[in-house]
Amino acid sequence: MRPTKRCLPVDFLAQTRRIVAALALGALALGLAAPGGAAPSGPPIRVGGSLALTGPLASTGMVHKLAGEIFVEQINKADGLLGRPVEWVLLDDQSKPDLTRTLYDRLVTADKVDLLIGPYATGSILSAMAVAERHGKMLIHNTFGIPKLAKYGMQFPVYQLGYTPEETFPPKLYDGLTASGASIKTIAIVTSKFPSVHFLSLGAREVAKKRGLTEVMYLEFEFGNRDFGAIAARVRDANPDLLWMGSIGLESNMLLEALKKLNYTPKNHFHLYPAPAPLAVAPEGERALAMTLFEPHPPFTNNPNAAEFVKVYRERAEKAKLPYPEADMQAALGYAQWQVLTAAVKATKSLDDKVLADWLRAHTVDTLLGRMRFNGTHNYGDDLSKVKQIQRGKWFTVWPKESAAPDIKFLVQ
Amino acid sequence: MPSATLLGQSLLSGIFIGGLYALLGLGLSLSWGYLRLINLAHFALAFLGAYLVFQLAGVAGFTVVAAVLVVVPAFFVLGVAMQVMFARFEVAEFASLLVTFGIAIIVESAIQWFWTADLRKFQFEFGTVSIQVGSLFVPVVEAIMFLVAAALSVGTWVFLRFTLVGKALRASAENPDIAAAFGVDHRRLALMLSGFATALAAVAGAFIAMAYTLSPAQMFSWMGVVFAVVILGGLGNPLGVLAAGLVIGVSESLTMALTAPTWAPLVSFTLLIAVLVLRPDRIG
Repeated sequence: MRPTKRCLPVDFLAQTRRIVAALALGALALGLAAPGGAAPSGPPIRVGGSLALTGPLASTGMVHKLAGEIFVEQINKADGLLGRPVEWVLLDDQSKPDLTRTLYDRLVTADKVDLLIGPYATGSILSAMAVAERHGKMLIHNTFGIPKLAKYGMQFPVYQLGYTPEETFPPKLYDGLTASGASIKTIAIVTSKFPSVHFLSLGAREVAKKRGLTEVMYLEFEFGNRDFGAIAARVRDANPDLLWMGSIGLESNMLLEALKKLNYTPKNHFHLYPAPAPLAVAPEGERALAMTLFEPHPPFTNNPNAAEFVKVYRERAEKAKLPYPEADMQAALGYAQWQVLTAAVKATKSLDDKVLADWLRAHTVDTLLGRMRFNGTHNYGDDLSKVKQIQRGKWFTVWPKESAAPDIKFLVQ
Repeated sequence: MPSATLLGQSLLSGIFIGGLYALLGLGLSLSWGYLRLINLAHFALAFLGAYLVFQLAGVAGFTVVAAVLVVVPAFFVLGVAMQVMFARFEVAEFASLLVTFGIAIIVESAIQWFWTADLRKFQFEFGTVSIQVGSLFVPVVEAIMFLVAAALSVGTWVFLRFTLVGKALRASAENPDIAAAFGVDHRRLALMLSGFATALAAVAGAFIAMAYTLSPAQMFSWMGVVFAVVILGGLGNPLGVLAAGLVIGVSESLTMALTAPTWAPLVSFTLLIAVLVLRPDRIG
């Protein structure tokens, strides 16, 4: 068993510290120190958070866990944070926002973590945000889907869709389709009532109206719907130029499978928050469109840090037996929130939540997803969203052009 | 006005999903009706069966039929073992809710540990194949699923009604003491029935694997509607379960075709409440 500090006499500790310091100085003098600086030492900086490691959101929660672990490992292999190692106190919120609230309370009051980092998904983030606000802690989070609800001044979103994604994203999609040669005159909107999905679908509906598209169908279904047979029959009857599927998780797969069984393939189809792996590998997922902020190809991987992350993530994901081992948007979001947190700590050399929050509001941070600012309404910055498409079983960014993967065309009908 | 094709297609879709409801509900109904066990683990076992079929047929290279032939008998043995445990600890009807919920959680965790929480899809040749009949498309897997559900429901009903073992089971469920006085070995029958009910979970699981994408937590999304099917159909009544599955499946599907799909989930529970109000003895 490893002895704890309390078991050791004070003079022994002091002597040890002196020896370690002398060795460290010696190593530095001889140029033997690690390239990133001295190995971190001292008590760890404890960063607390929860993730959906079990429950319905666990498949994405696992992606965030892997990405976060890679970041923490990398930073500890370098010089740590303020010269100290970083410890991620990670709890399983079981995909339950109510449990998330309890766990964040525990992290602050019982575990007494130094900093907080967000859970996965809007509901849980909202719960964590309330706890952070009650205790005056800063919260950096990465998958909050309804910016208008993020009212706490010391919350910082890494999922940068801008403050009004329901107004800014749909035009981006319609522009991309039109510019790529699609003739979009009619639209069918099928949407889950899951809150972060629903408001974006309503936005798509409004924008479509303003652009003169004819809405041939608008349907809402409950989150957890199991049978898409009847909905598929209605989509086939409507036969739109563009199908907007306000989906989350498996719903897109289920609708496309049901459509395939009716021998129908939508002309152009967009899916809001599909589970990336099953849709990519499903034959009927070909040409499916979705929103992204990062995909594992240039120009994103022109950044060496991103290229390294993509490589390490693939190795770890394969080892962890994840069926889609590519570092997609979710993985990058999981990594980027740590980049934002540590950038603020390094710049301010502080663990004071208020100091960190002030710094973030006044500065930009370079992340895997691009440069982020937090000085807009509710600390939102620019809409960094892009459009991606499945081609030959893989996701590629296709719009805007400057973010598109090399040699990949936006395929439309 | 919805087209005839839309209505016909939705009707078919409702019949097929109703078949799956019945398939999932049949084992649950039998164990509740005859063993007085409310087996929440039934859903977890169905998903375990689904994952095993996925593993054998999708990864290990077995044919679907071979995978089913391995998994179903194995589940029969598992069901027998579970019944041995329930009998050993004298698990009563309402205590079984808690015990089997615990088993469900353990099975879910085991699935998550082995297959991870990520989504799994068993892709195979006939997975999305349909046969065109006029303007309607009949998905092959779902059609087979319905036929199997119907055959198992009718077969079980015939078995319970016309065979000596079936009659003994019914007698034992009605009055174990008198049945025992006539030489009915309740324990042996209970083992057999538990094995059969668990094997039915595996059959349902095999079709879930073929027709749906799998994730461990999904098992709980079926509970509400399948319980509604079991109660509507009557405990231990295989034909009732089939009929209830069809009624709920078709009602949900037509609701989705004719009105807002958000109304669909209300159908099963409205029917359930109506039946419980009019026929409270259904759950006795």
